[in-house]
Amino acid sequence: MKYPRKELIQPLSGSRWNHIVSGLIGDKLAMLALIVFVFYCLVALLAPLVAPFDMADPQFMDLMQSDIPPRWISGDERFLLGTDAQGRDLLSVILYGTRLSLTIGICAVLIQATLGICIGLMAGYFGGRIDNFLMRCADIQLSFSNMMVAIVFLAIFQSMFGMAYFQQFAMIILILVIGLTEWPLFARTIRASVLAEKQKEYVDAARIMGIGSRRVMFRHILPNTLSPILVIFTIQIANAIVAEAALSFLGLGMPATQPSLGSLISEGFAYMFSGSWWICVIPSVTLIVLIMAMNLLGDWLRDHLNPRTYKD
Amino acid sequence: MNLLSVSHLNVNFQVKKQSLAALIDVSFTLNRGERIAIVGESGAGKSVLGFSIVNLIGKPGYIASGSIKLDNKELTTMNLRQLQEVRGKRIAMIFQDPMMTLNPVLSIGHQLVEIIRSHTKITYKDAKNIAIEKLHKVQIASPETRFNQYPHELSGGMRQRVIIASVLLLNPDIIIADEPTTALDVTIQAEILQLLLAICRDHGVALILISHDLGVVSKVAERTLVMYAGQIVEEGPTLEIINDPQHPYTQGLLNALPQMTLPGHRLNQIQGSMPPLSERPSGCAFHPRCPYATEACKQQQPKFIYSGVSSVACLMIENMIDEFDRDDPVQSDNVLEGER
Amino acid sequence: MNTPLIQIRGLEKAFSTNDSWLGQWRFKSGKLTRHQDSVHALNGVDLTIYKGETLCVVGETGCGKSTLARVIMGLTEPTKGEIDYLGHRIDHLNNRQRMFYRRRMQMVFQNPYASLNPRMTVYQTLSEPISFHQPGLSSVQLDQKIDGLLESVGISATGSDRYPHEFSGGQRQRISLARALSVEPDFIVADEPLSALDVSVQAQVLNLMMDKQEERNLSYLFITHDLAVVEHFATRVAVMYLGRICELAPRDVLFRTPKHPYTQALLSAIPRLDTTSADPIRLIGEVPTSTKKPSGCVFQARCPYANQRCYEASPAIKEQPDGSSVACHAIEEGRLWK
Repeated sequence: MKYPRKELIQPLSGSRWNHIVSGLIGDKLAMLALIVFVFYCLVALLAPLVAPFDMADPQFMDLMQSDIPPRWISGDERFLLGTDAQGRDLLSVILYGTRLSLTIGICAVLIQATLGICIGLMAGYFGGRIDNFLMRCADIQLSFSNMMVAIVFLAIFQSMFGMAYFQQFAMIILILVIGLTEWPLFARTIRASVLAEKQKEYVDAARIMGIGSRRVMFRHILPNTLSPILVIFTIQIANAIVAEAALSFLGLGMPATQPSLGSLISEGFAYMFSGSWWICVIPSVTLIVLIMAMNLLGDWLRDHLNPRTYKD
Repeated sequence: MNLLSVSHLNVNFQVKKQSLAALIDVSFTLNRGERIAIVGESGAGKSVLGFSIVNLIGKPGYIASGSIKLDNKELTTMNLRQLQEVRGKRIAMIFQDPMMTLNPVLSIGHQLVEIIRSHTKITYKDAKNIAIEKLHKVQIASPETRFNQYPHELSGGMRQRVIIASVLLLNPDIIIADEPTTALDVTIQAEILQLLLAICRDHGVALILISHDLGVVSKVAERTLVMYAGQIVEEGPTLEIINDPQHPYTQGLLNALPQMTLPGHRLNQIQGSMPPLSERPSGCAFHPRCPYATEACKQQQPKFIYSGVSSVACLMIENMIDEFDRDDPVQSDNVLEGER
Repeated sequence: MNTPLIQIRGLEKAFSTNDSWLGQWRFKSGKLTRHQDSVHALNGVDLTIYKGETLCVVGETGCGKSTLARVIMGLTEPTKGEIDYLGHRIDHLNNRQRMFYRRRMQMVFQNPYASLNPRMTVYQTLSEPISFHQPGLSSVQLDQKIDGLLESVGISATGSDRYPHEFSGGQRQRISLARALSVEPDFIVADEPLSALDVSVQAQVLNLMMDKQEERNLSYLFITHDLAVVEHFATRVAVMYLGRICELAPRDVLFRTPKHPYTQALLSAIPRLDTTSADPIRLIGEVPTSTKKPSGCVFQARCPYANQRCYEASPAIKEQPDGSSVACHAIEEGRLWK
């Protein structure tokens, strides 16, 4: 039997993206956080173009120019934010540092997320012994302090292969260390939402169709657990940047020739009370603003992707 | 005098600077000891009406205009303390899910005693005695042992009985029961309905039963209000509404029931579904689904008029009554002339 | 009509309630023993579903009717018993061997808000099973098939690129039915498909299901607690209580002369529209949970006619002269009908 055309039911209107976009425009704080984050990303991407000085230039480091205060104090037209102890233009160093910090943060979290999503999906979907085994692994990982693992690992690496070798591969090693230590957070969150989604009837419907478990996991369940992933993703990037900064501050991070925000702060800290406060304070403020923007964004996403406030 | 009278109540929901009407010009009265039912599909606004009577609608909803009077005292302008006095003591509510009211970490006895002692100054022992007596009244076997149990130790039907007992503690004048049996099995539903009915009869409590099930309503209520898209479309004695529905929506609702058609035949369905609040049609809200809709229905909002035993908001019936009235004097003149 | 499509024999299913492996060990009188608690959802169900019929399974919460559906569809493994499809045993097949039967048997679910993947458009939802089972279709054929399917369940084809949350409950249930029909099955299990819908929408969906049955000679296993729907829709009715079938009868026979004491109580409890019907039969107590495999009749604890034999032996389901089958000692002995 065919239904006459006028009897056919037209769907209701409204879409999910509209909801998110209009929510974002409505919330000024979230909008501000997003603008700040996008600004940081752009600056990081375009650092070589925007920076007034080129880091690779041997002229860049000029000890004659060291410790010049920011322009509004010294009146020196060349250096907007002054120079550091090595005579580098602080603005350029911060731009490159932001680029490094963000790269490390994002790459580390990508590793965390990939590992965590795969492990969490498997644990939640198959359940039983696989679940028990994987989650006990996560517990063991969580029972070590991440910072401690990173410190021990980096210290051993430095003493085994020597400082020069370490400095060459510092970035990759930092990404790996931060990436590999924090996956349980993702795995646990994913597992929890997979357990909830697995109960839903659309998963049964897919299984009844005979669709294989890998496809059910990645095609059907994973997209429905994306909201919590997105939230942790933003907050974890902030955490990874902070972790990198902390490690650099302890002298286990990026070398002085390739400074990240953390190593800049660490370096500047020595001059903090000798009058050159700007070398430490300005990178710190940059870092704090970035972290705050990321956290605000994460919070806002959590509120707005919450199924209780938005039913789909 | 009416115990409760709601007149011209409008409730709106504020969604993103746009206010959507959830209840439009709702008026009804309730006498002491009377049992009425509010019937409608999900989204008709029946629960909103139940909540707004005790001024419990949370944000983004608010009462835009109209008045709700309990014993001639206005409820809409009361402050929180006066309202709390009314809620529970005068008007009690029963929800679909008993766990909405019961606290899972406190024993049933503790919760019941708490309710009594928060409203009256009384010793724990006396309060416990009252609680056990009420548990007995709702036919809970061995109330003394149940008193110390936790909500999760009881079945769904038993929990609903405990809720009814807790409602009885303060001897309210009105019980508002919002789909009290929807979550229960048929056999348990029948028992809970009988219990509610017995309690209302024995204590002279008025009942507002909110339900989507006309079968349930016919068992309990004396008078029925049918709601559609935030408006009352028909009001009358329950028997009258079931046997002789006037409004096309009520007719459709009754005809859609499986028992109204011969087994194995197609059911009489109403086309389409209830519009969401944001897409309320103009004129009579039911016109897109109404088999008798005319051009006038699309523009004109029908008035709520009294026709015989029940009241209806429908243009078709309004016109029929008008015609009848117009014809009537002529007819009677003819009769008179004939007699002469 | 009289070809048996699905045959179920002695089906049992027990769920373990302490599923963590460590939780199963108990320290008892000096010995460490492994100990599994389980809930018996199905306790020996025998059922035959004939071609083209609608078999309604009625029962209260916890009687195992949803488990029955899930076991038939292969979503959970039975503990014991067998299921045949047209004489082929299917309950022990692995995923690949079962593929042929997946196309023949489909399911419609209870909750219209959870049975469609919220992140897939209607087109994706429908195209996945079709292209999975008929990989040879061209994209034009696929589009045509999906448009045809949608229109046949009364949804405009323009809605195919919309997401489920843009549809109302009744519409989603239509899409669910379209998905089940997309692989052209001849047997559909419907697990309470109407209970989340409004009365007027229930009628629409029920009509649609009846139309499809007529059109495609479908057989339904319709699981519900709403006896009014059963009375309208069923060919035969099976009444379940605590994982057993206590009465199985053609619809008219069941509603005219219910035999089992539980069926009688259930029928009397339906809230009818007329206000004159008799008071419902009150059953003692509530449905117990079956953590122990019950000895004797499952209904003994609440049955007003129970005697010693009911506590000891489980009644077998026996055919009655009027075509119904009942499992009750009291009826067998003529204690109930003098």
